[in-house]
Amino acid sequence: MSTSTETIEQFVNREYQYGFVTDIETDMAPRGLSEDTVRLISSKKGEPDFLLEWRLKAYRYWLTMKEPVWPNVYYPKIDYQNIIYYSAPKQKTDGPKSLDEVDPKLIETYKKLGIPLREQARLAGVAVDAVFDSVSVATTFKGKLGEMGIIFCSFSEAVKEHPELIKKYLGSVVPYTDNYFAALNSAVYSDGSFCYIPKGVKCPMELSTYFRINSADTGQFERTLIVAEEGSSVSYLEGCTAPRRDTNQLHAAVVEIVAMDRADVKYSTVQNWYPGDEMGRGGIYNFVTKRGLCKGVSSKISWTQVETGSAITWKYPSVILKGDNSVGEFYSVALTTNYQQADTGTKMVHIGKNTRSTIISKGISAGRGQNSYRGQVKVMRSAEGSRNFSQCDSLLLGDKCGAHTFPYIEVKNTSSTVEHEASTSKIGEDQIFYCRQRGLSTQDAINMIVNGYCKEVFRQLPMEFAVEAQKLLGVSLEGSVG
Amino acid sequence: MLEIKNLHAQVEGKKILKGLNLTIQPGEVHAIMGPNGSGKSTLAQVLAGRDAYDVTEGKVIYNGLDLLDMEPEERARAGVFLAFQYPVEIPGVNSTYFLKAAFNEVRKHRGEAELDAIDFLNLVKEKMKVLELPQSLLNRPVNEGFSGGEKKRNEIFQMAVLDPKLAILDETDSGLDIDALRLVAEGVNKLKRPDNAQLIITHYQRLLDYIVPDFVHVLYDGRIIKTGEKRLALDLEERGYDWLLAEYRSQTTETPSGLVGAR
Repeated sequence: MSTSTETIEQFVNREYQYGFVTDIETDMAPRGLSEDTVRLISSKKGEPDFLLEWRLKAYRYWLTMKEPVWPNVYYPKIDYQNIIYYSAPKQKTDGPKSLDEVDPKLIETYKKLGIPLREQARLAGVAVDAVFDSVSVATTFKGKLGEMGIIFCSFSEAVKEHPELIKKYLGSVVPYTDNYFAALNSAVYSDGSFCYIPKGVKCPMELSTYFRINSADTGQFERTLIVAEEGSSVSYLEGCTAPRRDTNQLHAAVVEIVAMDRADVKYSTVQNWYPGDEMGRGGIYNFVTKRGLCKGVSSKISWTQVETGSAITWKYPSVILKGDNSVGEFYSVALTTNYQQADTGTKMVHIGKNTRSTIISKGISAGRGQNSYRGQVKVMRSAEGSRNFSQCDSLLLGDKCGAHTFPYIEVKNTSSTVEHEASTSKIGEDQIFYCRQRGLSTQDAINMIVNGYCKEVFRQLPMEFAVEAQKLLGVSLEGSVG
Repeated sequence: MLEIKNLHAQVEGKKILKGLNLTIQPGEVHAIMGPNGSGKSTLAQVLAGRDAYDVTEGKVIYNGLDLLDMEPEERARAGVFLAFQYPVEIPGVNSTYFLKAAFNEVRKHRGEAELDAIDFLNLVKEKMKVLELPQSLLNRPVNEGFSGGEKKRNEIFQMAVLDPKLAILDETDSGLDIDALRLVAEGVNKLKRPDNAQLIITHYQRLLDYIVPDFVHVLYDGRIIKTGEKRLALDLEERGYDWLLAEYRSQTTETPSGLVGAR
């Protein structure tokens, strides 16, 4: 009889299936960071002066800051002068006017990733903005959305076409002073997605941005800005992959969401950056600031994230509940295996009356992965009658991994209710054996048990992506136990 | 169907089974009884392929296959079913989904086409009727929040759906009140056919009021020390195990190493 541990170990050496590199000519900035780099990026984008000024202020502020050391993650010091801050596929024209002008190699790349850019081969009902290294290469369904007044385009395009909106909202939720990586991003961000839903409009399809890092030694710094006007609603999805490389790459993004009265924004992430190999070499450092502002009454912002990739994940999608009766939600599945580290969670800041927040976090640690949940619930004096419910579960697979929970709770009034539940469990040999005795393979058993554990979160994802997330978790779990 | 020859097994270095012999033919119902610590559950676990149990000697031939050489899931697919003494909870995994996955693994193994969700649901509903089970069971996660009786009945339900050749019931009667016991036993009886066999492991004879075995074996100190017909179970109920153990000790020169209940 073989032992189950052996059987499980047979699944080691999983393959990261998105690890290929696209051989394409690129236009790159020289290595290193200075005011000149910031100016170069801004001029390449042909930005208005107010943006350059903003970038420079952010850069100067960043110089005065120190990299945070409080996250429960460990990595060698990042040499910010050895990073390439701008890389774009070379284009003959100013920018592709239609998909026919996009390099076929790029279209092929996205096809390989399962993201068809040609609308006729579209993912049912999903509009995609594809970001390749530092720039957006294509956005689908722009016309159809435009008829409804919805703006969905690359950030650069938004700067050109709708500077007033950018000026009004850029940095309004995450100011460049917010934190080290947000300041860095504000100085050097190169592209991203912009989305504007006008008053009363329910966006008829999923909007999605697909981020791809291709070039070596580049950092990816993109910004996403979503503005949902009164009574509007939108569901947004973000996906990410990168080639397999021995060196670490930095991804420092910023996502800002503004929800006005009764607006409803759902933001889902399936993060699958290259996680490094089984020895912990390479992988993406995913240092991201995501924050939503429930500005209007009865507005709602919901974050759902499935984090399976990256060597290190450091992010806390948060909601500031300013409008009375506004709702914030955070649903998270974070998986760490091999040598991956994750310090992730959320912040819910209750300011308005009767605001409600829900936090469901499911951490899964396998291999030598280290998984930390860090969450803050802050209830201000003004937030009378507000409620929070938090549930943080950790699942351990094997005995070399770790799970940590750091909840911070601060309540400044007496009419609010805050609940926190936490649990840590090991995936049981009993459970696996039970499944095998019914005819399931060990891998199928583990997938089934883990998916059951994550069900509350997957339920929040749009249908197609829930299926994708389950598969992704399955692939990521292969060989993670032992 | 099943031939166990001189089976020796240990767990964490402790010898539990010490030369067990047992032959089961199709259509037969065998009951294994014995005091606590005699090795009853170990036998069930070894037959199902639990890792923690090391087989040090002996052979188990199941329908011409070397059972001990097979992975647990291969045994299951080949028709060996274990009704667990303590059915395991799998939170968040829908019972129907779980059972359909298991069912289709068995079908695949048999070279049959997998059933789709609708056909499977029809099959399941039919089996539920036979076992008089509430359909709400199907919508709940596997064993999660089930009462002791529900868990045991769910095991028998899974058995009904998976239709095994050899069903091993490990103390299925433990923790059941008399009504639940009757329901479980009736279910098992309904599943009996000339081409399948049942191995019923029990501590008490009361289950055997409802399930009539063809053979009763008494397991003690890792060996079967007595085999008889149903009458034997009644004798044990009346007189306990001591007379049998005394008889056994006087017959053997070797002193059994374990005391009753001392494991």
